[in-house]
Amino acid sequence: MLIHLVARRAALALLFVVLAASEARAQFDFVGSWAPLGTEDVQNDSVPVDYLGLALTEEGRARALSYNESQKSMIERQCASWGAAYVVLGPFGLRVSSQVDPVTSRLVSITIGAWEDWNEMVIWMDDRPRPSEHALHTHAGFTLGRWEGGALAARTTHMKTGFIRKTGVPLTDQATIDWRFFRHGDVVTVLMVATDPVYLVEPEIISKSFRLSRTPLDYRSSCVTTYEGREPGTSVPHYLPNENPFVDEFIKLYHLPREAVLGYRETLYPEYRKKIKDTYVPPPPCTQSCGQAGNFVLRP
Amino acid sequence: MRTFLDGCALAGLHSLRSSAGVAVAVIFLSLAGPAGVRAQQRGGAAVRPARDAAPIDLTGYWVSYVTENWRYRMVTPAKGEYRRIPASPAALPLINAWDPAADERAGNQCRSFGAGAIMNVPGRLHITWQDDNTLRIDTDAGMQTRLFRFTSSASASTPPSWQGESLATWERATGPDGGGSLRVVTTNLRAGYLRKNGVPYSERTTMTEHFDITTLPDGSRVLLVTTIIEDPVYLTGPYVISPHFKQEPDESKWEPTPCSSTW
Repeated sequence: MLIHLVARRAALALLFVVLAASEARAQFDFVGSWAPLGTEDVQNDSVPVDYLGLALTEEGRARALSYNESQKSMIERQCASWGAAYVVLGPFGLRVSSQVDPVTSRLVSITIGAWEDWNEMVIWMDDRPRPSEHALHTHAGFTLGRWEGGALAARTTHMKTGFIRKTGVPLTDQATIDWRFFRHGDVVTVLMVATDPVYLVEPEIISKSFRLSRTPLDYRSSCVTTYEGREPGTSVPHYLPNENPFVDEFIKLYHLPREAVLGYRETLYPEYRKKIKDTYVPPPPCTQSCGQAGNFVLRP
Repeated sequence: MRTFLDGCALAGLHSLRSSAGVAVAVIFLSLAGPAGVRAQQRGGAAVRPARDAAPIDLTGYWVSYVTENWRYRMVTPAKGEYRRIPASPAALPLINAWDPAADERAGNQCRSFGAGAIMNVPGRLHITWQDDNTLRIDTDAGMQTRLFRFTSSASASTPPSWQGESLATWERATGPDGGGSLRVVTTNLRAGYLRKNGVPYSERTTMTEHFDITTLPDGSRVLLVTTIIEDPVYLTGPYVISPHFKQEPDESKWEPTPCSSTW
């Protein structure tokens, strides 16, 4: 009888191990440093008014056009972090760690480490409940994750009102972001789907790839404010309607259609390409001062 | 969070009287699970048609959703602009010499619709099974056809082509909810353009693609194609892009248009 009891307990223990192991097989190893590849144009922040690839509502467009980048020179705003979306829209790589319950050895969370101007993203993997909609909203928001079909799937809510582009394109605190992280060999591709019922007509979908870095990435450094020409307490820099002086800059630089630069929905679909076929004239080749915002050809 | 095999293990638990037998059964089933999957991955095509073994369903109509690289995809960039492409010094004379009219005259108007670029060209995809072991992608932009073969059928004498030869394999997620992705390696390409304005890739290019599908909370489906292009001639390193597509319900917006060098 005792032998049977021991054997039964051993079998159940073994079964527990097997079940735990089969869950683990659903995951990929995300921990480590992932360097950005820079071969995709997702930042769109080289000129003040660049809303290419966005489907903005009228309210979103008006709010974006009111933005003056001098706001970031205000001493009280210099160290304000960019929102969660900046993990793919920003220029940095991913420094990923995981946190495991020391008693149960179960995964509690996965963390993408902070940069100087971006808060860390904690992806809670322990099935904890999402906070009340009235709970504190932060720049990073609250993110729950799960393994799904070989990918890491996550959803961020509870974000502070912020931006989806550094050029001042806004997101409200009602926005949500769905994430998928796919790993193929040494490449991780992050798919971001940002939804905002106020400022986006359609979700903004961005994908960006990162390559496993053999050397650890570390972007940690504290933000230090300094005087940049604006006294504390003076007015918030902004543009009144129809007074943004940069509205035509990108349009003229690359001969781009105005509705595309200003983020109209129709410009995201192939039909639009056919629509402008007979009117679009490419810009001339760059011949001098072909910096980052412009063309550059290294002539041999 | 339980797999089919885990379920079998639990069912077996009730039918087996001996505790030792339970342990043996559990060990057997747990080991048989992943090993069985691996065996299928190794020789799946011979045993089971790729169509039946598909862990994800890629078929249907898909539309490009151009939210990134807009300036390089929706319009033809200025001659000479190759920003974000790791072009090698050998590529620069070709970039600077780009002449779309000459391409048109030479019958090379599909140069920017080859496999190295076609998934990035704004348009629609129609994905179907040509046969049990060949997945077919038709594009309305440029009217190109890509064939992803799950069985190797290449011969040394096959001339290079715009779409080359593509060998496909399923990569299964081994988690409890199934899923997976499609890996495609394309070679034997005719030299083409990565970008409409003449940034070249050579016949020695190898392109590896990973097709992933995800369903969003609103029920819509997104196809993500992580693409790694390696060319020892005209690139200094891998060119990695990840165009994405939204699924459409039917063919109502399908509008085939031929290749063009100028647009």
